[in-house]
Amino acid sequence: MLKNTLAALALGTALIGAGQAMAADYAIDKQGQHAFVNFKISHLGYSWLYGTFKDFDGSFSFDEKNPEASKVSVTLNTASVDTNHAERDKHIRSDDFLSVGKHPTATFESTAVKSTGEGAADITGNLTLNGVTKPVVIAAKFIGQGTDPWGGYRAGFEGSTTLQLKDFGITKDLGPASESVELIISVEGVRQ
Amino acid sequence: MQWRNSPSRYGLVSILMHWLVALAVFGLFGLGYWMVGLDYYSSWYKTAPDLHKSTGLVLLALMLVRLLWRWLSPPPSALPDHGRMTRLASKLGHGFLYLGLLLLMLSGYLISTADGRAIEVFGLFSVPATLTAIPNQEDVAGLVHEYLAWALVIFAGIHALAALKHHFIDRDRTLVRMFGR
Repeated sequence: MLKNTLAALALGTALIGAGQAMAADYAIDKQGQHAFVNFKISHLGYSWLYGTFKDFDGSFSFDEKNPEASKVSVTLNTASVDTNHAERDKHIRSDDFLSVGKHPTATFESTAVKSTGEGAADITGNLTLNGVTKPVVIAAKFIGQGTDPWGGYRAGFEGSTTLQLKDFGITKDLGPASESVELIISVEGVRQ
Repeated sequence: MQWRNSPSRYGLVSILMHWLVALAVFGLFGLGYWMVGLDYYSSWYKTAPDLHKSTGLVLLALMLVRLLWRWLSPPPSALPDHGRMTRLASKLGHGFLYLGLLLLMLSGYLISTADGRAIEVFGLFSVPATLTAIPNQEDVAGLVHEYLAWALVIFAGIHALAALKHHFIDRDRTLVRMFGR
């Protein structure tokens, strides 16, 4: 009897342990900054303007065998926007665009992950930007994973989604070619 | 009218600089207030800030010349009918106008040069960036610039009202002295 109980406990513990090993948790590599939240928006319809958010952090869980159980969460400091032009960055932080005084953070929390092919998935989640929360779908691609040269284990993804500025309360008129912005998120996570 | 200030009168140089600065300060305030609300497709969207920055830097140079001129040719002494409090108030008030204007133009310069860009002055020459390492420089300098601009334009209004008070109520020579009388 006692022997059986012990055996069951041991088996249960082993199963739980195995489950944890399967869906691993990763922290975005902020220390080494192998992670980028970039955006691009048309300028007058003639060229692309690229920008980046320098300060953000987050984590994801990922299981190669069960990718639809993956989760991702990112929090971003909106004032860290940088488009390589101080006057423009100041304007983007103002109430004409991101209102960073009122809305200092933007967040993304995944709610569902749907496989769309080998190493590809649509990540649905809630994006909160400029104080507005809306569901968005990030088309994501698995880039690669494996041990790194310094004793850790890493996995990387890149995904993008297109936002309509007015959906997030940004009503400044930049012209008909510039009503939407493409958000490109490229992250490497270190397994915890 | 003489060029230099005398112990009882302002000279032409001081008078011209005073009214030029007055014109520039109110003009720059109006231009600045108007330009930040411009539509992206306005034909002034680029020219108005260029004009604002160029004029601002010329005003900074003019203020430095004014300070130098104050030292080379000291302004006339206070009117004998001004009491101790009036003298003190005008000293403090003028001090604030000078210091405030210098800080206002410096903060404007720090916004536009925060990323190391130079400022083109009327397309003739450019003033290079110097200080670029203040954390969130363009935002901090931007706030200082905005609040200081309001404070100064209000204070310049008080300065003008005070001059009118001296002219119409005290009936002294304070205001007419600034016209060379």
